Amino acid sequence: MAIKQSSLRILVILRILIGWHFLHEGVSKILQPGWTCLGYLVDSQGPFSFAFHAIAKNTTMVNVADWMNVVGLTAIGLLLIIGLFERQALIGGVILLAFYFLSHPPLIGMQYAMPSEGNYLFVDKNLIELVMMLLLYTMPTSHVVGLQRLIAPSKFKVR
Amino acid sequence: MKINRRDTLKGLAAVPILGTYLFSVYEKQQETERNFFDFLKEFEKEHPLIEKKIIPEKSPSGDNKKVIRLGLIGYGIRGSMLAKSAGFVFPDRIEEYKLAAEKDKNDKRYETIMKQEDMNIVFNGICDLYEPYSEKGSIALANKERKTKTEFKGSPVKRFVNYKDLINSPDIDAVIIATPDFWHAPMIIEAAKAGKHVYCEKCLTHTLDEVYEVRKTVKEAGIVFQLGHQNRQSASYIKASQLMENNVLGDVSLIETSTNRNTPGGAWVYDIPPEASEKNVDWKQFLKPGMDLPFSKEHFFRWRCWWDYGTGLSGDMLTHEFDCMNQVMHLGIPEKVTASGGIYYWKDGRNVPDVFNVLMEYPKRSLSLMYSATLGSSRERKRLLMGNDAVMELGGDVVMYVEPGSKRYAKYVDAGKIKPELPFVNWQPGSSQIDAMTSPTQKYFASRGLMYTMQNGKLTDTTFLHIKEWIDCIRYKGVPSCNIDQGFQEAITAHMSEISYKENRVVKWDAEKEKLI
Repeated sequence: MAIKQSSLRILVILRILIGWHFLHEGVSKILQPGWTCLGYLVDSQGPFSFAFHAIAKNTTMVNVADWMNVVGLTAIGLLLIIGLFERQALIGGVILLAFYFLSHPPLIGMQYAMPSEGNYLFVDKNLIELVMMLLLYTMPTSHVVGLQRLIAPSKFKVR
Repeated sequence: MKINRRDTLKGLAAVPILGTYLFSVYEKQQETERNFFDFLKEFEKEHPLIEKKIIPEKSPSGDNKKVIRLGLIGYGIRGSMLAKSAGFVFPDRIEEYKLAAEKDKNDKRYETIMKQEDMNIVFNGICDLYEPYSEKGSIALANKERKTKTEFKGSPVKRFVNYKDLINSPDIDAVIIATPDFWHAPMIIEAAKAGKHVYCEKCLTHTLDEVYEVRKTVKEAGIVFQLGHQNRQSASYIKASQLMENNVLGDVSLIETSTNRNTPGGAWVYDIPPEASEKNVDWKQFLKPGMDLPFSKEHFFRWRCWWDYGTGLSGDMLTHEFDCMNQVMHLGIPEKVTASGGIYYWKDGRNVPDVFNVLMEYPKRSLSLMYSATLGSSRERKRLLMGNDAVMELGGDVVMYVEPGSKRYAKYVDAGKIKPELPFVNWQPGSSQIDAMTSPTQKYFASRGLMYTMQNGKLTDTTFLHIKEWIDCIRYKGVPSCNIDQGFQEAITAHMSEISYKENRVVKWDAEKEKLI
């Protein structure tokens, strides 16, 4: 597969920016004592809200969800920035974002307690980030810029 | 595979970015610490929060193994709740909880009741004037082991037709009174004279004169008395009280508190059992000597709607709010009370008001307390303690906002450590320390009461704690938090409000002579 040098650079930047975002979401939660996703789960609406409310009712499940969020976000962020196990990290990221999107879908008639900084209809930033991660999955860059390069050689041919 | 210099450079290209990230987070965190956490450390140093213990340490005589034998008078809505809080639940109900838990693992009602501490108490008697309640209660109170309907084999506790016989029964050490207000005083007095300890629901008495008599008798008898204001056990009020001892708000000039309800149950329009009739309601005993009223199911089951039996919003709801504030600020009886209101929404034949506003003046404390109640709208109005240095919003949480012009907190405000528009203290029950609430999201959730109610996976029943405190005080010879002196202040204040409303005048309190003017 051939890819333009400029496109490659942008893909690397995109990977690192998303990594940065994930890492900071994870680290912020670590730094916030007593952080829990309980409120977020309770606030869920839409066709899948029953599942998130069910999790919210169960203390053990809430603890698991808290742990998965904190560890998942931090690890995915780290891996994307340093460029290691990129594809596994991207799959993890897509799963987390899918949960966020499905728990708070921006459908007509939905109003959430969680304040959001923008205006959304069907499409929100979670969905866009999710699709960008899918794009990165199809065009991995760690082999070019990232620790992966030291483990396996680049598969890209740069034009 | 051969790694050349180019590979190493590109392979490690993103690592400095990680370094940059970690450095920025560290800086950001330092900044936050400089602001909120440093402030809180200083604040906690200036305002040490020492946990207070009301319940006495176990007595050296070691009589904690002695079973306390109780009697319950009144097994209506509140009476059955008190029994449940004490750990005595109707077997059918336990079965219902158990089946529900089997179906749904998240249904914790069975687990909660089974795990609740056994206070080493028994019930040896029940008295209720409605036969089905008396019968049901006699079984519930025998269910010490918390068995289900199928497991329960015990025999019901003794049913007393008259409360006097229950109180004077030799196998009863203490009584819980959950009857209509107009029976509280005669029952407390009867029990005190018999040397029986008393837990009584609010309002302490039905009339002003009774308050003095009840206090005198209880004190002379030396019994352990607890008034049923379970807010005394609420972690947030206890914390608020500690904060107030440190004068964190500066000069408090105004307290605003309210009752906001909008349901038939909230307005005391309770369901009347269809099988209730003159045959199974002891109406004659329900009325006090000298009262001559025709039998009325409505009056019997919805007694709170009439002055004949209850104390209206003043004794029913104002007392809760007053006692909370008395707990937090040790206000005592107001010097001057003005009340007004009317029957504006529930025009169903009741004669107690459903909208009730009371102004209490405390000139010696330089403050006013404003109580406002409606049974026709449920919008929450926050309980506010307004000081010149800070404002406290008191509910399940203790939330404090700084006053922009505060001199006391000026050094923090000027340094940008605390912001007037954001709470600078948010203490939630379950956390040992006060904590800053930094994000608008948290602020939003706290305001909606959505967050943290389940954070520790446990909701503790304050009524259980309140009964337990009373039982412990009986055992270890202590004084409960809502003792007769607190009850005296509660009842006098309630009656001042009621009299002000009924007589349409300002009612004053002569603290020296302990008399109304």
